[in-house]
Amino acid sequence: MSIWQYANPVKFLTLSARVQPYLWASAAAAILVGLTWGFFGTPDDFRQGSTVKIIYLHVPSALMAINAWFMMLVASLIWLIRRHHVSALTAKAAAPVGVVMTLIALVTGALWGQPMWGTWWAWDPRLTSFLILFLFYLGYIALWEAIEDPDTAADLTSVLCLVGSVFAVLSRYAVQFWNQGLHQGTSIPVATGGRTVADVFFYPLVLCMVGFGLLFLALVFYRTGTEIRLRRARALRARALKEL
Amino acid sequence: MPDLGKYAVEVLSAYGASLLLLALLVLVSLRRGRAARSALSEAEREGHRDA
Repeated sequence: MSIWQYANPVKFLTLSARVQPYLWASAAAAILVGLTWGFFGTPDDFRQGSTVKIIYLHVPSALMAINAWFMMLVASLIWLIRRHHVSALTAKAAAPVGVVMTLIALVTGALWGQPMWGTWWAWDPRLTSFLILFLFYLGYIALWEAIEDPDTAADLTSVLCLVGSVFAVLSRYAVQFWNQGLHQGTSIPVATGGRTVADVFFYPLVLCMVGFGLLFLALVFYRTGTEIRLRRARALRARALKEL
Repeated sequence: MPDLGKYAVEVLSAYGASLLLLALLVLVSLRRGRAARSALSEAEREGHRDA
């Protein structure tokens, strides 16, 4: 058994059909319970008041915005090195999910920043790198749509993805190597430990992060299936036209 | 409904906008998926008819 067997579109669709019901159900349950718990079942923060409830949307969406790009990077590298079409289509399928996650992170960040910082927006390192990441997502999607030949589109978008990864890394680590911004440092440092979020906020937050991650996976599986079917339909039509 | 105090507008707007964007993403994905399935079935039917 090798992971590369799922580069076969039929095998991928079979696996996808098998795992999707579990992914959709667990994503819906985790998000529903996490958001309800966070919104109704947690107290106000002593400094931030009720705005702390925005954390249950802002942090999971920002996390997925960056991780979606890294997933696209891995899929793009597989396309460039091994030329598996399913990996290129997976990257294509993940981009709209990533752009929506980035937009949610930017919008909720602005709504949180206004009462806490006194401004909707600041040219802070993390905010600015996130805005650039958002623009990279839009450029990536536009490039897929602009090029007729799917293999050329996959090549060029993969290169764009490699370049954009610099900003994905900056978005992730900006708060660690630039200290002059408004944005606070990481509250849940995975590598070093020592989180600064109290348990009462942390547990529903983790549930929301898991829920957003599962939703991302469900959407990517579903959307990759869509891309595979669209490409197959296009190929069948092209073959029928050639035979006429 | 919890008392959101003076930040009610910001908190409710954040939830409203996020849930709306997520719902739109899921709906657009499902609609595109259904269109792809019917496009493929139609192309396969045409292929069988021509053969």
